[in-house]
Amino acid sequence: MDLNYTQEQQQFRATVRGWLEAHVPSAPLPSFDTEEGFAAHRQWEAKLASQGYSAVTWPKDLGGLGADLIEWLIFEEEYWRAGAPGRVNQNGIFLLAPTLMEYGTAEQKARFLPRMATSEDTWAQGWSEPGAGSDMAAIRSTARREGDEFVINGQKIWSTRAVYADWLFGLFRSESGSSRHHGLSFILMPLDLPGITVRPIRQLNGLPGFAEIFFDNVRVPANNLLGGEGEGWRIAMATAGFERGLMLRSPARFQKTAADLVALYQANRERCDADPAIRDAVMKCWMDAEAYTLATYATASRLAKGAKIGAEASTNKIFWSELDVKMHETAMSILGARAELMPHAPRAEGIAQWLDGFLFSLAGPIYAGTNEIQRNIIAERMLGMPRA
Amino acid sequence: MNFSFDDQQVQFRDAVRSFLVVQAAPEVLREHWETTDSGRSPEMRQKITEQGLTALSVPEAYGGLQQGDLDWVLLLQEVGYHGIPDSLSDAAYVGVGIVAALEDEAFKSEWLGRMCEGKARLAISHPLNPLVHDAQIADLILLWHNDEVHAATPDQVGLELNPSIDASRRLYKLDWTPSDATRVCDAASGKAIWAQAVNRAAVAVGAQMVGLAQRMLDLGVDYSAQRKQFGKPIGSFQAIKHQMADIAVKIEFARPVLHRAAYALQHGDATLEAKVSHARLACAEAALLAARNAMQAHGAMGYTWEADLQMFMKRAWALESFWGDRLFHKQRVAQALFAADAQIGPGTTF
Ligand SMILES: Cc1cc2nc3c(=O)[nH]c(=O)nc-3n(C[C@H](O)[C@H](O)[C@H](O)COP(=O)(O)OP(=O)(O)OC[C@H]3O[C@@H](n4cnc5c(N)ncnc54)[C@H](O)[C@@H]3O)c2cc1C
Repeated sequence: MDLNYTQEQQQFRATVRGWLEAHVPSAPLPSFDTEEGFAAHRQWEAKLASQGYSAVTWPKDLGGLGADLIEWLIFEEEYWRAGAPGRVNQNGIFLLAPTLMEYGTAEQKARFLPRMATSEDTWAQGWSEPGAGSDMAAIRSTARREGDEFVINGQKIWSTRAVYADWLFGLFRSESGSSRHHGLSFILMPLDLPGITVRPIRQLNGLPGFAEIFFDNVRVPANNLLGGEGEGWRIAMATAGFERGLMLRSPARFQKTAADLVALYQANRERCDADPAIRDAVMKCWMDAEAYTLATYATASRLAKGAKIGAEASTNKIFWSELDVKMHETAMSILGARAELMPHAPRAEGIAQWLDGFLFSLAGPIYAGTNEIQRNIIAERMLGMPRA
Repeated sequence: MNFSFDDQQVQFRDAVRSFLVVQAAPEVLREHWETTDSGRSPEMRQKITEQGLTALSVPEAYGGLQQGDLDWVLLLQEVGYHGIPDSLSDAAYVGVGIVAALEDEAFKSEWLGRMCEGKARLAISHPLNPLVHDAQIADLILLWHNDEVHAATPDQVGLELNPSIDASRRLYKLDWTPSDATRVCDAASGKAIWAQAVNRAAVAVGAQMVGLAQRMLDLGVDYSAQRKQFGKPIGSFQAIKHQMADIAVKIEFARPVLHRAAYALQHGDATLEAKVSHARLACAEAALLAARNAMQAHGAMGYTWEADLQMFMKRAWALESFWGDRLFHKQRVAQALFAADAQIGPGTTF
């Protein structure tokens, strides 16, 4: 065990810090759930990509830096420290890309990854359907093979960023009459194909952060199939593993919120200390953000020694999502009567992040597999408890 | 940057684990605790000595193995898991640490030598613990007095027995008068010695708490696989599953904090106290939740003397306020976190 950064790691941190200080926009970009905000974030991604910073863990020839996980953690720490923009293409870069690298053909990697790194192509994910939420194996949307094409029919829902995204990856039933996790295929397609209708859905904050997608005889070339026909479930599970595992939520994000929460507490100390529960909650949040960071460094160190992420990844998802809720609930109670103010309200100056963050934190225990489902996975796969 | 243990450390831990599985079965421990006055077994201490545990911290110059806090933090999780009484860590880890830091060579070589041979039990009296466990069978009691270190034998102090809900713990109220004869170290040097002892002891308690949490989780999972109601194992019911999963989450995020604290102890750290206390709080939270949820999974069986679960629950309850209660540890975290010059936020962890 050696908890010192190497010279190279320190150098890497300094380089990243310097670049971000020079390039992070001084005023926050508009929300990426608006058209202009999406475009602004796409431009920012291109700027990141020019340094290999949009996908630091990817190999250099695909647009990354070939960074290891510790370097990734360092990058994320600097990124969040700098208050840099949210990552508009994270579905692609952090979730689809690792899957593509593992299961994609050389042709697919060359076709998709470099354009993903620069966000010339932005990606949405399409798993959920009206009848297939937690029970993802209940997927009914179909992909019928016709020669060199798949013909897609059906509906996806809750697809994040799909309103403005260019491409979709998702699971479709390619074997007619198949059931559950059999006969599913993992297919990639542009969202502007004929027969696709994207209908925005407004989220709690009023913005169209996700969408319904309807497919009416949409023709997709067969070379957009990722992995083998009918092997979609296994491949999708790998993607879900990345999502719950490390890449979706780096610890730096929560350390930033925890530090902001401590600052908010300090700025309102007199009022806060009249209620000892607030101080206690602030401390707990900071400790848990540290714990999440330490656990991630420990996992990164284990993976560096050749270990694989297993069912314990489900503990991550529960931990960070519940921490995020607790941090924002605490901030709301510190803000008191100002907590309800919409971000653009004149009196919300300086506190806009909290309401936005509070709303989004509440989605954390739901997306990427609900926390109830994660607890099932922990019980059955990590602890070996009997299935129902 | 490498936040993982060396193979050698893991192998030693595994060896101790195998030893304890065989030698420290619950029925063996119960017999010691329930049928003897001291609650301790000389044979068990001998076997533990043969494993090298009593010599682990002793410097090589005094015949020991000179291992550090990181080795201990792994071993003490096993000690907790197997319900070995906390007297081992107080004597062989915390107590040896105090003695090894003293200047009196004759005193050191006598007591460190005896520790290596398994011929000494050390007890520690410190204001954080109003009562001292194992004081009566100790060969030497190390006592705090205004940051000085004193040493006395049990016959030099008054002892009043106070039984604990944890059947393994024999607690004593001490009545003694500090004197030149008992003083082995002045306050100037003693202050740092005691500070380190408190931090070590807190990490030791934390490590045992994580071990206890894991044990109670395992007991809950095992019991709920065997016990059937409504024609099914109760472990197939989601309410039980989720209670067990919640313990697993707590353990998963307590361990790295604990390991970090042990590293800070071994290598020194500007905010050592906060790191140790954070670890202590996180580990206790895991253990207390494990006790609560594992008992619920056991139904009425969990309310009995007969089920082994009680041994581990009671240890967790006892350790919760040992070497600093929750308030003490929270205050130490608060002091660092809310300091004007606190370094927090992304990139400040290491
Ligand atoms: C902000 C946000 C973004 C999202 N982005 C995407 C996206 O990009 N692409 C995509 O495909 N999907 C996305 N989703 C959808 C998300 O994956 C689903 O919401 C999630 O899988 C749950 O499905 P559901 O909403 O149908 O809830 P349901 O499955 O109907 O669940 C409702 C409640 O019942 C509980 N429940 C269900 N089954 C069980 C069980 N077996 N045991 C115990 N409890 C159970 C759930 O835990 C939950 O509390 C997003 C969701 C949100 C909120």
